[in-house]
Amino acid sequence: MKSYDTTIARRGTDIAGEKEKKKTAGKRLSRQTRENIFGYLFISPWIIGFLGLTLGPLLFSLFASFTDYNITSKMNFIGLDNFKRMFTIDDLFKTSLWNTLYYVLFSVPLTTAGAIFLSVLLNQKIKGMKFFRTLYYLPAILSGVAVYFLWMQLLSPSTGLVNTFLGWFGIEGPAWLFDPEWTKPALLLMKMWSVGGGMLLYLASLQGVSSSMYEAAELDGAGAMQKFFYITLPMISPIIFFDVLTSTIGSFQIFQEAYVMTENGSGGPGNSLLFYNLHMWNNAFEVFDMGYASAMAWLLFIVVMILTVINMKLGKKWVHYEGGDNK
Amino acid sequence: MKTASAPKFYETKKFKEKVKQTIVFTVLLAGSVLILSPLWWMISTSLKSPAEIAQYPPAFIPSEFHFSNYVEAWKTAPFTRWAMNTFFIAFFGMVGSVLVNSLVAYAFAKIRFKGRNSLFMVVLSTMLIPGFVTMVPQYILFSKLGWVNTYLPLIVPAFLGSAFFIFLLRQFMMTIPNELIEAAVLDGANHLQIWWHIMLPLTKPALITVAIFSFNGAWNDLLGPLLYLNDESLYTLQIGLQTFKGTVQTQWHYLMAMSVMVLLPVVLLFFFFQKHFIEGSNIASGTKG
Repeated sequence: MKSYDTTIARRGTDIAGEKEKKKTAGKRLSRQTRENIFGYLFISPWIIGFLGLTLGPLLFSLFASFTDYNITSKMNFIGLDNFKRMFTIDDLFKTSLWNTLYYVLFSVPLTTAGAIFLSVLLNQKIKGMKFFRTLYYLPAILSGVAVYFLWMQLLSPSTGLVNTFLGWFGIEGPAWLFDPEWTKPALLLMKMWSVGGGMLLYLASLQGVSSSMYEAAELDGAGAMQKFFYITLPMISPIIFFDVLTSTIGSFQIFQEAYVMTENGSGGPGNSLLFYNLHMWNNAFEVFDMGYASAMAWLLFIVVMILTVINMKLGKKWVHYEGGDNK
Repeated sequence: MKTASAPKFYETKKFKEKVKQTIVFTVLLAGSVLILSPLWWMISTSLKSPAEIAQYPPAFIPSEFHFSNYVEAWKTAPFTRWAMNTFFIAFFGMVGSVLVNSLVAYAFAKIRFKGRNSLFMVVLSTMLIPGFVTMVPQYILFSKLGWVNTYLPLIVPAFLGSAFFIFLLRQFMMTIPNELIEAAVLDGANHLQIWWHIMLPLTKPALITVAIFSFNGAWNDLLGPLLYLNDESLYTLQIGLQTFKGTVQTQWHYLMAMSVMVLLPVVLLFFFFQKHFIEGSNIASGTKG
C-alpha cells in the first residue's frame, strides 16, 4: 500500500512540478515551502494539544513526582521519597497495584478470546446474521453510570437477575459486590457483557481471509479445529496483537466502574476494588497530594511502557504479516 | 453442494453444513438472550413498584406498569438542565473533533511537508500513553487558567485533536487518489480550499463516524465532569445520575428509570447510524497491525 501511494504521489508531483516551473518560475514561494507552511498550519492544533496537554503535563508530573506539591504550597524537592513511600509506607498502594494486575490479567485474555469466539460465530452464513451482529454489538456502545447502576441491580445478591438465573441451576450465587472475593469477578462479568465491541474488529479482519485457503486446507483433509488454528488465527493475528496491546493499556486505566460501584471511590469491601487509578485519584483530588499522585502516574506510565515494549517484542514472534507487510 | 458419488445423506457436505448452521444459530440465539436480558431487566425494574422490586423471587414482568416512576424521578433532580448541559458539551466537542481532526488528518495524508512521517509516529505513540498519567498536571494547568467549574476543560481539548480520530481519518483519506488533489492544485486551489471543497465531502462517511464516536464519548464521560464541574447547575447527566443515587439511595425503580433515559439517546444514535459505528471499526482494523 505504501509503495503504491508514493508512486502515484511522485508521479503527481512531477507533473505539477513541471507545470509550475513554466508558470511561476521563482515569482512565488517554492512548492515545498508552501507544502511546509500548509502542513504545519493544518497540524498546529494537534501540536498545541500535544505540547500543552501531553508532553508538557508529562514533564511537569515527572518534576512534581520528586516534590511534595499539593497545589497551594511551594514545591519542595524531596528526592525519591514519594517512590519510597509507595513501596514501604503506603499499604494501599500495594493493594491497588495487586487489584489492577488481577483485573488486567483476567480481563485481557477473557475479552480477547470472547471477541474472537464471537466473531467466528458471527462470520457464518446464517439467516438473521445482520440482526445478531447488531445485537451483540449493542452493549459495547452503552457505558457510563447508567450501565454501572444496571449491573449493581443485576448483581444484587438476593433479588438480582444474575443470582436468580444461577438459582435455576441450583447454584447459590455469591454476594458479588459485597464480597471481597467476588467484586473483581463481578466487574469481569460486566466487562464480558460488552465483548461485542472487540468482535467487530475481528469480524472485519475475518472477512478479509480468502476462502481459497480454507478450500485448499479442506482438500488436504483439515478439520474445523485445524483450520481455525492454522489458518484463521495466523491470518487475524495482527488484529489480535493490536487488540491485546490496546486493551492491556485500557484495562490498566479501570476507574469509572470502581468509582461508581463503590460509593464515590471508597474502594469497596476490603478495598478489593481499590484500583491503581482510584488510589491515584484519591491522593490527587481527595487529599490533594499532587506530588505523590504524580509519582504514581509516572510509575504507571513506566509499567505500561515496559509492557507495551514486551508486547511488541513478543508480537514479532507470533504475529503473521501477509507477504511480510502490514496488509 | 455436489453429490458426486451419491453418499448417504448425512455424509453430504450440504447436510454437515446445515448441522453446523443450526448449532451456530442456536448458540447465537441463546447468547442473544444473555445479552438482552440485562436491558430488559432494567426496563422491567424501572416500571415496578418498590415493593415488587424487593419481592423474592423477582417478577420478570411487572404486575403493574408504573410509568409514573419516570416522571417522578425526572422531577426529583434538575435532569432537564443536566440533559441540556450534556448536549451542549457533546455538540461543541463533536464540531471541534470533526473539523480539527480532519484538518490535521488531511495534512498527514496529503500534504508533503517536512518531518511528516516522524510527526505521525508521534501521533500514533501518544495513543499508547494512559490518559491518567497526564490527568493531574492537566488539572493543575486548567485550574491555573481559571477554567475549573467551566465547560472549557471539557470542550477545548476536542479542538486540539485526538490521536485516534486523526489516525482513523488519515487512513480513510489515504484511499482517496492523489490525482484529485494534484488536479485541484493545477487549477490553482490551495490546500485549505481542497480540504473544504474536495476532502470534506469525500470523507463524509468517516466524518460521521468521528462525529458519533465523539458525541457518544462526551455523553458517557464521567471523569471529566467529575474533575472540573462543581456547581450542580453545570452538571452533566453522568455526574448528575451519580449524585442522584445519593438522593434517592436504593430506590431502584427511580435509578433504573433514569438510567433508561440516559441510555436512550445513545441507543437511538446507534440504531440510526449503525453503519457508521461499524465502519469506524472497519477502517481501524483494515490498516492497524
